Amino acid sequence: MIELVDIHKSFKKQKVLDGLNLKIEEGMTTIIIGRSGGGKSVLLKHIIGLLKPDSGSVVIEGDDISRMNDRDLNEVRKKFGMLFQEAALFDSMNVFENVAFPLREHTRMKEREIRERVLSRLKDVGLSGVEEKMPSELSGGMKKRVGLARALAMEPRIVLFDEPTTGLDPVMTEAIDRLIFETQRNFNLTCVVISHDIKSIFSVGHRVAMLYDGKIIEYGTPEELRRSDNPVVKQFLEGSLEGPISIM
Amino acid sequence: MNKAAALLDQFGRSVFNVLEEMGSMILLFLSTLAWAVRPPFKIRLTIKQMEFVGVKSIFVVVLTGLFTGMVTTLQGYYGFRMFSAETLVGSTVALAMARELGPVLTALMVTARAGSAMAAELGTMRVTEQIDALYVMAANPVKHLIVPRVIAGVTMLPLLTVVSVFMGMVGSYFVGVIILDINKGMFIENINKFVDLYDLYNGLIKAAFFGLILSFVGCFKGFKTTGGAEGVGKATTEAVVISAITILISDYFLTALMF
Repeated sequence: MIELVDIHKSFKKQKVLDGLNLKIEEGMTTIIIGRSGGGKSVLLKHIIGLLKPDSGSVVIEGDDISRMNDRDLNEVRKKFGMLFQEAALFDSMNVFENVAFPLREHTRMKEREIRERVLSRLKDVGLSGVEEKMPSELSGGMKKRVGLARALAMEPRIVLFDEPTTGLDPVMTEAIDRLIFETQRNFNLTCVVISHDIKSIFSVGHRVAMLYDGKIIEYGTPEELRRSDNPVVKQFLEGSLEGPISIM
Repeated sequence: MNKAAALLDQFGRSVFNVLEEMGSMILLFLSTLAWAVRPPFKIRLTIKQMEFVGVKSIFVVVLTGLFTGMVTTLQGYYGFRMFSAETLVGSTVALAMARELGPVLTALMVTARAGSAMAAELGTMRVTEQIDALYVMAANPVKHLIVPRVIAGVTMLPLLTVVSVFMGMVGSYFVGVIILDINKGMFIENINKFVDLYDLYNGLIKAAFFGLILSFVGCFKGFKTTGGAEGVGKATTEAVVISAITILISDYFLTALMF
């Protein structure tokens, strides 16, 4: 389980997270919604230790990673996979090498086993025959699939998704959503997804958390959120201009 | 009064920024040293960088060395002719190439070619989250990205300098002996008499040091890039400017130290 306790984080004078508390339940997909630039990616980066909180703690399966040294942190990170916003594939390597990278780095698998694992992961995300392609030859949707295959290569228990459907057409958005849903179910993963996409929330989320003003202001099932009386949540889900969320 | 306070505030901020940058540079350097000696070694990546910094720079280094040797011979000839000492041109050019021109010009050319590319590549990796991806996969970016480049810089620069000095002498011989008709025997005899292998070692030590500067500064600037495409451009420019200036300034102090 992942637990964030009273997280505060500022960049220079700007407060981004302000006493944030969140429990992420095991074996479920939790979607974090909130305004653009509202600190969702910052929150995600705290979960995997890319950023450290100014105060508060991030507890991953009983270990507080906010005060860990790099060596211990790396051990914790091996439980994770992460799909970045633009997939973050290494553009000096082809698709095969990208997906094989964590395996070569952390396992003593033989070349044949690596090949099997990579091809099977690529098949899981609906790609085959692209192993030799370079990332620059792939479309946005394909890059994200390769990114997901790489995130799943080490058979992680927790997978983080940073806006997986941003910049994709509606059909590809649906395809990636379904992929997240199926991956979560097939591998019994704990998933944390950052999203703006209201449709995604209801199609893949077991739990939804709304981040506003540096805090989680609402948490529950998608249905509970839909019925929420909180004016901020209502305005956000409706995409309305009227309400407490100001437009700058 | 307010204006004075604002000025002081601005001054204080710039001092802080400079100190912060120097601090983070030193920390990254120490981390690079630590990862350079800790196995497993990234031999494939290092060889790839050696090819990029070394093999692919040979052409520019050959041209630079050749023409520098040629032009210094031409210039030197007119000076030495005034007191009929033309045969000393070869040894003078050899000394200048081995101790100064070889390492410095090679380092400046490699800075422009490879140092800038390092900053741009790492900068792009930073803004497209590829460096974060390395962290997330529990793979240390210093070990994967910086150590191979710095090792390539430190080892390839002396080798390129040898190429540069050799080509400089080829150019010098061509202009001195073949075009300006300096006595061939005397030309070579004076080089043997006045130029020591120590002079070349001197230049090679400098070259290794310059290699460290240009590769580390390139990596540092790339690694710390922020702010998208504009940030990458800025990092690249700064890497080249800072490397070039540091190379020229440290050249003086290294010469003073090793004379």
